[in-house]
Amino acid sequence: MSKAAYEVVIVGAGIVGAACADEFARRGLQVLVMERDALASGATAAGMGHIVVMDDSEAQFALTRYSQRLWQELQPELPDNVEYEQCGTIWIAADEEEMEEVLRKHESYGKGGVPTEVCSAQRLKHLEPNLRDGMTGGLLVPEDGVLYPPSAAWFLIGRAQQHGAQLRLGASVVEIGQGRVRLRDGSEIRGDIIVNATGASAPELTPGLEVKSRKGHLVITDRYPGFLRHQLVELGYLKSAHSVSSDSVAFNVQPRRTGQILIGSSRQFGVEHKEVDQVILARMLERAQQYMPTLRGMLAVRTWTGFRAATPDKLPLIGSWPGDKSLFLATGHEGLGITTSLGTARILVDQIMATEPEIPIEPYLPSRTAKAYLRA
Amino acid sequence: MTRGLRRSFDVLVVGGGPAGLAASVRAAECGLRVGLVDDNPSLGGQIWRGETTQGGSDAAGWVERSSVVGVQALSGTRVFHYPAPGTLLAESEDEVYELSFQKLVLATGARERFLPFPGWTLPNVMGAGGLQALVKSGLPINGKRVLVAGTGPLLVAVAAWLRRQGANVLAICEQASWFSLARFGAALLHHPQKLGQALSLRGQLAGVRFLTSCWPMAAQGSDKLEAVVLSRGERVVCDFLACGFHLVPNTELAQLVGCQTRGGCVQVDEFQQTSCAGVFSAGEPTGIGGVELSVVEGQIAGLAAAGRRQEAVRHFQQRKKVQGFAKALDRAFGLRQELRTIARPETIVCRCEDIAYHHLAEHKSWRVAKLQTRCGMGPCQGRICGPATEFLFHWNPDSVRPPIFPAQLEHLAWIGCSGECGAG
Repeated sequence: MSKAAYEVVIVGAGIVGAACADEFARRGLQVLVMERDALASGATAAGMGHIVVMDDSEAQFALTRYSQRLWQELQPELPDNVEYEQCGTIWIAADEEEMEEVLRKHESYGKGGVPTEVCSAQRLKHLEPNLRDGMTGGLLVPEDGVLYPPSAAWFLIGRAQQHGAQLRLGASVVEIGQGRVRLRDGSEIRGDIIVNATGASAPELTPGLEVKSRKGHLVITDRYPGFLRHQLVELGYLKSAHSVSSDSVAFNVQPRRTGQILIGSSRQFGVEHKEVDQVILARMLERAQQYMPTLRGMLAVRTWTGFRAATPDKLPLIGSWPGDKSLFLATGHEGLGITTSLGTARILVDQIMATEPEIPIEPYLPSRTAKAYLRA
Repeated sequence: MTRGLRRSFDVLVVGGGPAGLAASVRAAECGLRVGLVDDNPSLGGQIWRGETTQGGSDAAGWVERSSVVGVQALSGTRVFHYPAPGTLLAESEDEVYELSFQKLVLATGARERFLPFPGWTLPNVMGAGGLQALVKSGLPINGKRVLVAGTGPLLVAVAAWLRRQGANVLAICEQASWFSLARFGAALLHHPQKLGQALSLRGQLAGVRFLTSCWPMAAQGSDKLEAVVLSRGERVVCDFLACGFHLVPNTELAQLVGCQTRGGCVQVDEFQQTSCAGVFSAGEPTGIGGVELSVVEGQIAGLAAAGRRQEAVRHFQQRKKVQGFAKALDRAFGLRQELRTIARPETIVCRCEDIAYHHLAEHKSWRVAKLQTRCGMGPCQGRICGPATEFLFHWNPDSVRPPIFPAQLEHLAWIGCSGECGAG
């Protein structure tokens, strides 16, 4: 049985694992990253790649805002293939009720120091001429952006490696904890700290973790440069989010640098298979066409699915796992993993190295969900 | 707004080339309701394109039979999705079809393999079959200097055809060695019909240089092709380069349906049935074998799909005979190692996404290369660069996802017509 020792072993080389590796390595720790598949091939490859500020809760706002700032700081260093574009998000209000939400968001973002612009119907039409007529208005968040996540993860891992981190791909980890990582072939690797950054697969390695897979579908079109300028998200999802049905779709489109349009989104619990579900795909595309009727004749070139790591309170799990001093979590990011990866890495390293975090970390500590499990 | 149309068949055949025509005719002759869907404007596939109206030809014979026995042909209609068991979605320019079936025959043909070399993306460098198709649809070729290069029997057939259209065919460059071709020629002795075709083509190409162990090293020109440099050092000034490296089976739909493939070919049993019950495949998707084999396999598949297995068995002997030709093809036109080295680091490999060779060479698998470079993620969905990178880097292709061809968003969103079939 081979044994090797590292200060930190990160399991999972998606965007979160990559960001953690980068942060640990740059702070001088000896890091090993283990990935069962290819680099950035899970949710990181499947996701849309937005860098957005969201305010479903105060804690969500704090982490997304903090992370967006970190991306902005990193921007000069990002290689061209990361395709970081500060295109801005527009939250679309289709009726008066949703317009109230625009105003609420405007105020809430403003208090947090995030500039936004309330758009009238006319202004909205000017910003995005291909939206259908009759929208009530919207909220432009100009500092939001998009990027191409696999290249971003590749960059972060590359930088970690420059600082001495090691990467093992195709390493199938079957058990972690108590300072050890055990592989399928029976070999073990020791680490003072083990980080579970395996996204929606995290409960396989950390039983009892309240992380569920939430399946999503995406479609990408052929190139239509200039058709879409901002990321657009409907505010109508606020209503559907409270519905009892676990399956939901929402209008969410992103312009890619190539001129392609990325179309989402769908959310499904309890679906394990990767195959495209025609019913949900059709609902999602129907929704997109309701908002942008001219999408209907555009060529769709690919569809795919992915699995988000969802937690009950919609906040990620960042920090130590109660009962095992060596085990730390960095998962549960749902649809915000690309945005919050950098913030996650910072506050995780702050916890481990006992440095002062820039935002309060309590809302993300795994102990908040572990209590029930440990009592049982 | 698109019209949605629903069609229901006992046997649905995808692909209107020799295999698909034969399958649909034999199944319809058994009294079944048979649909034949094909993306070309008229039946015949790539190989019989334009021949179906020539009286007395095999092509015309099969097309006539198909109409006599009531095969419902949906031409100009492309299958793009398999949304649910027993259902395919297809689109024409302004209609979406929901095609339901009891049995399915996949006769989706083959495409040319392209290998990247410096200058291969210049205008007027084309596939051999591609140039033929363009000339058939009106590209003037009379008096133009054409160099034909690559590998496979298609080169000779296309060269002879282009010459008949008035092209000045300068030479045919075949990468296979003289020895391979001689052995292939000997194998043809067992296939008198093929031998006759070969000799006839040779006759039509009298005076055209046929260079073996020869391949293009570079295409040159500023804004379009001006000359081709050959592996033997010669520089040939020409207007067109018709270049293809044999054929690659089209297996995307078979894979989407869930059929097992091996070595790039759909796996079938003796009745041409795939690993999916009730789904058959015939012709090039099961292995490159030419027209005769496609027709026999198509007939077996059509009969077997119609439940007439005993009648299908009667064609086994004939299939066995022409299968020998397919094996001889594989042996003769295998790609030589040197072809892996003709691309330069800056040579574009994926034309859709402009990805150069050196961007790909640093990756270990097709999947990682796709993720990091977007190679194969453009509108051709890797149909061109996939087979090229398979040869260049020994990469295995990825799983197939809908749509298998770019499809209108509105059509992809089709979920069937409940009650009235009209607007989508």
